[in-house]
Amino acid sequence: MTAVIETNDLGKQYGRKWALRDCTLSIPEGKVVGLVGPNGAGKTTLLSLAVGLLTPTRGSITVLAGRPGDGPAQLEKVGFVAQDTPAYAGLSVGKHLLMGAYLNANWDQELAKCRIDQLGLDLRQKAGSLSGGQRAQLALTMAIAKQPELLLLDEPLASLDPLARREFLQGLMEIVAEHEVSVVLSSHLIADLERVCDYLVLLVASHIQLAGEISALLATHHRLSGPRRDSRSLPSSQEVIEQSHTGKQSTFLVRTDQPILDPVWTVRPVTLDELVLAYMGQAHNPSPGRRSALGVVS
Amino acid sequence: MIEFQLDTASGIATYLQLVQQVRQALQLGILEPGDQLPTAQQVVAKLAINPNTVLKAYRDLEREGLVRPRPGQGTFIVGTLPRSDPAVQERFLASMTAWLRKAHAAGLGPDDIEAIYRTAVRNSFAEGAA
Repeated sequence: MTAVIETNDLGKQYGRKWALRDCTLSIPEGKVVGLVGPNGAGKTTLLSLAVGLLTPTRGSITVLAGRPGDGPAQLEKVGFVAQDTPAYAGLSVGKHLLMGAYLNANWDQELAKCRIDQLGLDLRQKAGSLSGGQRAQLALTMAIAKQPELLLLDEPLASLDPLARREFLQGLMEIVAEHEVSVVLSSHLIADLERVCDYLVLLVASHIQLAGEISALLATHHRLSGPRRDSRSLPSSQEVIEQSHTGKQSTFLVRTDQPILDPVWTVRPVTLDELVLAYMGQAHNPSPGRRSALGVVS
Repeated sequence: MIEFQLDTASGIATYLQLVQQVRQALQLGILEPGDQLPTAQQVVAKLAINPNTVLKAYRDLEREGLVRPRPGQGTFIVGTLPRSDPAVQERFLASMTAWLRKAHAAGLGPDDIEAIYRTAVRNSFAEGAA
């Protein structure tokens, strides 16, 4: 399968601080990718590198087999909605569409008009007087009407109320269903993205902590609980991501491709939420070697 | 046409919830051969889920021989599921209720009973699968 975004040892440095480091990724096409991580983890930096708004300090990034921002043909292929879904406050909705038509060779005015109609927006209304949800929808309309192959959305839900979030995601999923477009959207909350994403990239403290197909991630992680055991007693095929112990009981979150055979364990599947939290915890308690030695003893 | 609902707190994968709802509708006679399922677009427009999830559910149903896609038209019900006999359901509900009363009288609480039920289901269905 071809990759929509491929990075190799990608890094971006601001002054002495690395905003993104050791980033090697290959995101297959046709996915809805959740780019998740706490604020300041490097999500915006990674998206900006993919659009071509930033250039790498080291390593390389390829987007749809081209170099980000490299000429009009490359720009045509990528739709981008920046953080806070900006629009030109003084321009009307109609003028936004007109601008889109002038600036984009593949602009689909029919599609844009149709979406604006569906949303119940008035073409004469100034973007500055739209609600947050309406502005987000306008930004999404602009990004999709240029008919990109890849749609990048930076925290599109952050400033929306729950109803507007839902409407935005409904609109986005309709677009995915109708057009062959790959999507990467970032959020610091996994709960926002759980329903819509089928691929996860977890960024913590400038590093990729976890990346992969969500169904595969959920299938290879398990929560084990049973009598107190040392993590070293687990088979080598089980990588410990998180552990906690009480006087008598141990709980592990392990990653393994093998079935768990030891009858001493009660095995439970993990939720995406638990998985993300465990890997975030692991990033904050780094330890050398394959086995992480973090854990809360209570 | 069937309208899908999602229970996000259930912990059951979204595509499986869709599959189960079609199967249930077939068992209850709400869906019959010839009926059309909503298109992926219609489902995602309502539930805000990934269209691939809907397609995965429909592929599963197709593999079971319950639905078939007609190019350009949509996905249609082609199979049936045996409806469970209401009289049989009634009989087992009665014996289960009697069993629960006995368990309660013997001093078992809801948690104990739930644990026993889960263990029994796991044991008997694991045997059946093996």
